[in-house]
Amino acid sequence: MNALASGGFWAFVGVVAGIYTIFSLGLQLQFGFAGLLNFGQVAFMAIGAYAMAILVVKEGWSTWIAAPLAVVAAAVAGVLLGLPSLRLRADYFAIVTIAFSEIVRYVATNENALTGGSQGTIALGKVGEAAQYNAQWTRFQSWVQGRLHLTSKDAAMLAIVWTVALVLLTLVWLAVRTPWGRVLRAIREDEDAAASLGKNVLSYKLQALALGAALAGVAGLFYAWQFFFFSPDDFQPLLTFFAWMIVILGGLGRIWAVPVGAAIFGFLFAGTRFLDFRPLSSLDSADRAYVRLIVIGLVIIGLVVLRPQGILGKRDEMVLE
Amino acid sequence: MFWQLLVNGLVTGSVIAIAAVGVSLVYGILHLVNFAYGDVIAFGALVAYGCNGPLGLGMVLSALIAMAATAALSVGLDLVLWRPLRARRAGFMSLFLASIGLALVLRQSLLLAAGPQPRSYRVDPYRVYVLGSVRLSQAQLITIATAAVAIMVIGVFLARTTLGQVMRALADDRALAAIAGVDVGRVITYTWILSGLLAGVAGVLAGLVESSFDPNFGFHLLLPIFAAVVLGGIGSAYGALAGGLVLGIAMELSTWTSLFGGVDPVYKPVVAFVVLAAALMVRPQGLFGRARVV
Repeated sequence: MNALASGGFWAFVGVVAGIYTIFSLGLQLQFGFAGLLNFGQVAFMAIGAYAMAILVVKEGWSTWIAAPLAVVAAAVAGVLLGLPSLRLRADYFAIVTIAFSEIVRYVATNENALTGGSQGTIALGKVGEAAQYNAQWTRFQSWVQGRLHLTSKDAAMLAIVWTVALVLLTLVWLAVRTPWGRVLRAIREDEDAAASLGKNVLSYKLQALALGAALAGVAGLFYAWQFFFFSPDDFQPLLTFFAWMIVILGGLGRIWAVPVGAAIFGFLFAGTRFLDFRPLSSLDSADRAYVRLIVIGLVIIGLVVLRPQGILGKRDEMVLE
Repeated sequence: MFWQLLVNGLVTGSVIAIAAVGVSLVYGILHLVNFAYGDVIAFGALVAYGCNGPLGLGMVLSALIAMAATAALSVGLDLVLWRPLRARRAGFMSLFLASIGLALVLRQSLLLAAGPQPRSYRVDPYRVYVLGSVRLSQAQLITIATAAVAIMVIGVFLARTTLGQVMRALADDRALAAIAGVDVGRVITYTWILSGLLAGVAGVLAGLVESSFDPNFGFHLLLPIFAAVVLGGIGSAYGALAGGLVLGIAMELSTWTSLFGGVDPVYKPVVAFVVLAAALMVRPQGLFGRARVV
């Protein structure tokens, strides 16, 4: 069966690309505009997803109240991380952020009473009860499917994710064209110069970090809704590296480069699952997952070596240093 | 209880310390935060397993072969990846990202070649040595002895030998060292060899202490190693040694029940970062780093 010809496959690639667009947009704002080396972006995605699921299952709140609160929780986590660590030198900051993301994952794995532990969200409810956090969401998804006369739920998800992604891309695109965005870029280029003009560098960096974290929180919500179930293992540091790859692949400091990078990544990531020719056909599915990540690793290295400004990036504005 | 935890901490800490020196030397001389180091460690541990398990060689011989293999891998990677990047004058971010890509390639290649199943070395897990109130397994004793020798050798090497002094000079000020007649290219190769040897030692010791390991275990070691490097002050080899020992001991002692009830052992890696965060609040440049580089 030719997977590339099936609509379901393309819808899946599209949803993955949409979620990663929102996720990486946060990193683009943080690194591409404010120059922050955030290597813990996945933590904010985890916080968004977990906060929503916990509020819905444990507190019985409506999804439509829990979801915005979860995004706020991710932003607050960004502020709490940034307050002590943004004073550090860039390379120290990078290591502290990746450590933060691992700490969040450790806590999610071990605080069974709060998160369901390593079993994931299925253990969020009472003992012997499989917890579900997406009943309201599924109803909304069906409603969208009915209104748009779509043939599958995947197509409805695709429409919702990309609508949200386009709105967020537009908002961030407008935001970075304001004086606020210019200050962020000034900080990226020369922190001391920005400070000497009376700009509160720490405050601007905190805002960029928190906004990027909120975007990762939104991505976490969609991640949770798309896969019905998640566990701490879904939030490995690997996801942060995927976002880095997307941002660099697309082009640094370019908002509309993010969906381009994400689409290529989505195809690379989901598409290689279906590669079914020799010699790959002799490998089992676990081995193919390894090959897929080897390919992604090689793409990262290749980009750094061959095209450090990305596909749509401008060499004069920003190149990896 | 206290002494047992202290000794456990020394065991954990010395493994971290050895690896942290390997990371720190490369950072100091090449300005590369080597994210792939954990996977080089895992490679060493697996090579030693291959010699020790299927081939039936002795543990010492297996460890030496593993060290040779990690050193060769490090030098090989310098030739095909890091040297071309240096020629293009790649900066900190490019190098860091390339090392992340390399880490993915290395780890997944190990998983592809060796499989994800856990492995253990052929050592007797039930032989225990008792020293007063402290009980040490054979693996722990080997680790402490090896680590003590390795740390002394590193210390003497850096302080007393010409090559060690040249390495520190290069880390301190590359341009000045080059002007003083240091052959930078050669020292870089020696740095990779040394860093690879240390990865081999750390891999075998970590594999011994953890009793079983899989190709992913290097990555889990990497974060405490980075914490030790940062705690000691990035680029300072002595700092990395001290940072590793401090973190190892802090991680183990945090579980001491007489100390405010102790921390759940699953949070030991978190303790490493809490210690690091607290230390950085006081000294943002790390224990042995100098204020001017901040």
